Amino acid sequence: MELSALTVHEALDLLDSGETTSVALTEAVLNRIDQVEPKVQAYLALDREGALRQAEEADSQRKNGQGGSLCGVPLAIKDVLCTTTMPTTCGSRMLENFVAPYDATTVLKLNDAGSVLLGKLAMDEFAMGSTSENCAFSTPHNPWKLGYVAGGSSGGSAAAVAADECFATLGSDTGGSIRQPASLCGTVGMKPTYGRVSRYGLVAFASSLDQVGPLTKDVRDCALMMNAISGHDPLDSTSIKVDVPDFTASLTDGLGGVKVGIPQEYFGQGLDPEVEKSVREGITMLQEAGAEIVEVNLPHTDYCVAVYYLIAPAEASSNLARFDGVRYGFRDKEADSLIEMYNRSRSQGFGEEVKRRILIGTYALSSGYYDAFYKKASQVRTLIKDDFAKAFAQCDLMVSPVCPTPSWKMGEKADDPLAMYLSDILTLSANLAGIPGMSVPCGFSSNGLPIGMQLQATHFNEEVLLKAAYNLEQRAGVVGKKPVIA
Amino acid sequence: MKITREEVQHVAKLARLDLSEDDVDRMTGQLDSILSYVAKLDELDTQGVPVTTHTQNVVNAFREDEVRPSLDRDRSLQNGPDQNGEAFVVPRVIS
Repeated sequence: MELSALTVHEALDLLDSGETTSVALTEAVLNRIDQVEPKVQAYLALDREGALRQAEEADSQRKNGQGGSLCGVPLAIKDVLCTTTMPTTCGSRMLENFVAPYDATTVLKLNDAGSVLLGKLAMDEFAMGSTSENCAFSTPHNPWKLGYVAGGSSGGSAAAVAADECFATLGSDTGGSIRQPASLCGTVGMKPTYGRVSRYGLVAFASSLDQVGPLTKDVRDCALMMNAISGHDPLDSTSIKVDVPDFTASLTDGLGGVKVGIPQEYFGQGLDPEVEKSVREGITMLQEAGAEIVEVNLPHTDYCVAVYYLIAPAEASSNLARFDGVRYGFRDKEADSLIEMYNRSRSQGFGEEVKRRILIGTYALSSGYYDAFYKKASQVRTLIKDDFAKAFAQCDLMVSPVCPTPSWKMGEKADDPLAMYLSDILTLSANLAGIPGMSVPCGFSSNGLPIGMQLQATHFNEEVLLKAAYNLEQRAGVVGKKPVIA
Repeated sequence: MKITREEVQHVAKLARLDLSEDDVDRMTGQLDSILSYVAKLDELDTQGVPVTTHTQNVVNAFREDEVRPSLDRDRSLQNGPDQNGEAFVVPRVIS
C-alpha cells in the first residue's frame, strides 16, 4: 500500500514504531499530489519546501521523544482559515493576495500537535455554495467521477482527502459545508457543536452558524482531529468553556442502550431512491449493533431552507461589509471618490453568488422588511430548535441522509440558485440549532458515487455521534475503498 | 412580483455594489424567485415566539482589562492596497 493511502492513525502507528518518517510520508503525499492533482484540482496553494522543513522538524522532535498528538502527519486546510505562511484567499478575487497577519487558532492547534501543513484547499467563494463551483480560482472534481462536483463549500477538502492528497483536513460548515462534500466524496466529516471549536481566524460568513471541523478518511481520524482542535478559546467570545473528552474513547463496538431516532421528514419527497436504500441499510446495521430504532418528527423541516437563506445572507451582508478596499483585499485604484472606490472595489472583487447573498441579506435587514424577513426567520429558527429539543427527548441521536442525491455533473445546477439551495435541506437545521452533525460513508450508488449517512446529536454530544459512526463503519464495508482517478 | 428592479437597485446602493442593467435584470428575477420561496414562512403563526439569534446562552464574554500586546503597525498595514508606512491611504473624503 502506498504511504499516502494510510489513515492518520495508521501513519502515526508507523511513525511511533519507527517504520517510517514524517519526511517519507510528506514526500509520498507530494508525489501523490503530482500524480492526481492535475485531475482533481483541490489545492489553491501548496507549500512543498515548508512542508518538508516541518517534516524534518517533526522527525527530530520524535527522535528526542517529543512532539504532539499528530507529530509528523501531513495535513491540508480549507482556504478559509487564516495562515501567516501562505495566502488565505477564501476562494475570492477579493482576497487573491491576502496573507493574514495572524494564524487561526485551529491552525495553531494543528501546528502545536506537530502536524505538517501542506497547503490550502479550494472552496466556494467565502464558503457560499454547494459545489465549490463558485471558487474564483479552481473547481475541484469528485475523485470518484471526474466532471462531477466534489460538493461544497469545503469541496477541495473532501476531494483532497478522498484522493489521498493529504491525510486529513479541516473545513468549515455554515449550512452543511463539511457534511455535504464529505458525503459526496465518501469521506468522514464532522460539524462540531457551535462553540466547541474556535472560530478565531476563520473568515466569517454567518457568525451564528459557522463552525470549523475535520474531514477525514475514517472515524478514528475524525476523533483524533477533534481531540486536536477542540476547546475554549479566549480569542473567540462565542467559544464555550466545556470539558473536552478524549474522543477516541467513544470508539467502542456495540450500541446497546443507544436510541437512534429516524426523523420522518428527512425521508420525504425529492430523496433519491438509491440514497434512501443505502441509508436504510445503514440504519439496519446500527440496529444489528444493538441500537434501538425509534421514529421521531421534526415538523418544521420544510421551513429550514427559507429560514437559512434569510439568516445566513443577513449575517453575511453584515460580515462582508468589511471588504471596503481600504485595509486589505482588492481595491479599484481608478476611483477618485471614497464611495466610488467602495462600489467599484466590491463589485469587481466579489463573485456572482456572494453578491446575490449580500443583496438578499441587505434586503432582509433593510428598513421596512426587517420584521417580515429577518425577524420572522429568527422566530422560526426558535421553532426549529424546539423541534430538535422535543425529538432528542426520545432518542440519543438522529440519522438521515446528508444530501438528497449523490454527486451531480458540474454545471448542472449552476444557473438556478434556488434549486442549489434546496439541495441543502437536510444539513441546514443542525447549524440553525447549533447541534453537532456528522457524515459517514454508508454505501455507493449504482454508478459508483458515494452516499453518506448523517448523524445528529444534542449540544456537546459529539461522542455519541462518533460511537455510532464507528459502529456503522465497522459494518458498512466502505472504509478503505479508494477511487480510481481517471 | 416580490421585488422590483428599483428595489434591487436601491438594495445594491445600500450594499455598495454597482450593478449593470443586465445584472439588475438577472438579479431581480433570481431574488424574486428566492423571496417568493421564503414567503412560505408566512404560513406559520409566530406571534409571541421569541427570536433565536444565537444557539448558546453566552452573555458578555468578558476578559480582564489588562494591557497586552496587539498587532504592530507594520503587520496591520501589510495587506493595505495603498498605505504609506504609517496609515492607510484613501481617496479624498472632504474636498
